[in-house]
Amino acid sequence: MWDYVKLAVLGLVVVVAAIAANMARDLPYLVHMLAIMLAAAITFIWLIRRAGDPVPAANPNEYMDGPVRYGVVATAFWGVVGFLVGVVIALQLAWPELNFQWAQGYLNFGRLRPLHTSAVIFAFGGNALIATAFYVVQRTSAARLWGGGLAWFVFWGYQLFIVMAATGYVLGSTQGNEYAEPEWLTDLWLTIVWVAFLLVYMGTVIKRREPHIYVANWFYMAFIVTVAMLHLVNNLAIPVSVFGSKSIPVWSGVQSAMIQWWYGHNAVGFFLTAGFLGMMYYFIPKQAERPVYSYKLSIMHFWALIFLYIWAGPHHLHYTALPDWAQTLGMTFSIMLWMPSWGGMINGLMTLSGAWDKLRTDPIIRMMVVAVGFYGMATFEGPMMSIKAVNSLSHYTDWTIGHVHSGALGWNGMITFGALYYLVPKLWQREGLYSLKLVSWHFWLATIGIVLYAASMWVTGIMEGLMWREVDAQGFLVNSFADTVAAKFPMYVVRSLGGLMFLLGAIIMCYNLWKTVTSSPERKPAAAAVPAE
Amino acid sequence: METYTWLRAFADSWHLLFMFCFFIGVFIYILRPGASKVHDETANMIFRNDDKPEGADTASRKAAHNEPKEAR
Repeated sequence: MWDYVKLAVLGLVVVVAAIAANMARDLPYLVHMLAIMLAAAITFIWLIRRAGDPVPAANPNEYMDGPVRYGVVATAFWGVVGFLVGVVIALQLAWPELNFQWAQGYLNFGRLRPLHTSAVIFAFGGNALIATAFYVVQRTSAARLWGGGLAWFVFWGYQLFIVMAATGYVLGSTQGNEYAEPEWLTDLWLTIVWVAFLLVYMGTVIKRREPHIYVANWFYMAFIVTVAMLHLVNNLAIPVSVFGSKSIPVWSGVQSAMIQWWYGHNAVGFFLTAGFLGMMYYFIPKQAERPVYSYKLSIMHFWALIFLYIWAGPHHLHYTALPDWAQTLGMTFSIMLWMPSWGGMINGLMTLSGAWDKLRTDPIIRMMVVAVGFYGMATFEGPMMSIKAVNSLSHYTDWTIGHVHSGALGWNGMITFGALYYLVPKLWQREGLYSLKLVSWHFWLATIGIVLYAASMWVTGIMEGLMWREVDAQGFLVNSFADTVAAKFPMYVVRSLGGLMFLLGAIIMCYNLWKTVTSSPERKPAAAAVPAE
Repeated sequence: METYTWLRAFADSWHLLFMFCFFIGVFIYILRPGASKVHDETANMIFRNDDKPEGADTASRKAAHNEPKEAR
């Protein structure tokens, strides 16, 4: 019966999407409707071939790892795509001729830049977060995922969101809000998927068979709940037409700016920090085979982080029309945020105390430790840059880009790579990775790539900031904007090289993980009766 | 009174006090006597149930649970 309800709904979606595509007022809307129609039609055909078959009962004595495996593959795939687009736009900045005339309006810098940021944050990072969240919540709750097939809906629904967002950017459908570019239709779809994600996660935590909720789950829950809140408030908009992609935002003026950066900064705080800290608090202790250094400190880290992060957004709007008190408030909270961040970093690093020798033998631990190191570095640099006097130099320069990338490549990228290297042998029942040597290659390529990237952006950012404010004896500006652009060329080349090395490392990882699944020996099941340890 | 005015006044007085007290309360609760035992047990929980949920067929593993693995 339930199957027929699903089929009827899917059939209806196909027809409605086809009609909407026919009535479409603009190209992005047409493409989105066709994508929805196609997705619904494929699901319809997939379902109708199985309708009426006896459903194999889900075994509650097994973990549901299917969506996690798919999530791992999607993470690796979107990672390479996102890094590749990043290298392309870095090269476009160094050599503007790469904005080809024939691709004008589709593949120029302005269209590819949001594609890059969203691909790495939401496609690579988002898939990594969903996959690891599903893995970690099952192990720490000692229970199978709640909701039956709902986890599959979350996975595939999220991929549809990525496709809709990506095609929208290339075709020019954007709200123009950084990290919140997708238009209303894509936003609504993400809301549905996100609510399903929250239900699966909370359902599993509620039916847990462990007395306590492990700290990683707290971080994951903060990530899911807060991102839902941010997404809803920042994307309040009224569509111009139900058959067009354009919408008018409800917020305007300085309120709009403040809400955008309340969203933007907390997307960093709860998507790229809290969620990935959940990863850190599970995978580092597992890989090091010892519990987290201080469980008390980890709880303090959690509460202090969520209490302070939410107020730090105004530091993106220093010296703007935002009231002075709000700017100072944002700055103060950003500086206070330094403390819990470093508490968390120390907690992650000290988990290795007594096992530091693993750094020599285990390149995966090395990757995770470097990730935590970059977390510490980025969370020191950030508070420093939020100080108004520093911000007057750093704002609108490439220093900001360097800061974001030492966080995103160093912290988010490296901890995700570490988690992938940990997960793949576990999920595909392999004895171990195909090659530790290739992991070392990946580690060094990525690390040197990040160092080149961050260092070149510091140099070019500070140079640019100083050039902009340089005045002669009469008080006239010395440099034109074009002078600063010309002076940045060598650093742009170094940055592209750093990005290229990072991309190369990720491709090596994909090869290594592929070979792990296909040609590493299978893990033998543990003996039935485990002797006392 | 205007909605903005009283909300603003409430936010930077009573609600600020509430959040401050809650925050301090969390820290006191974390450091309460006897919490260390719970925290040690929870910190070590990730080392069990790695391959299978906790279920009926795990009587032998259950015995092992009662002695949490001392990793350090």
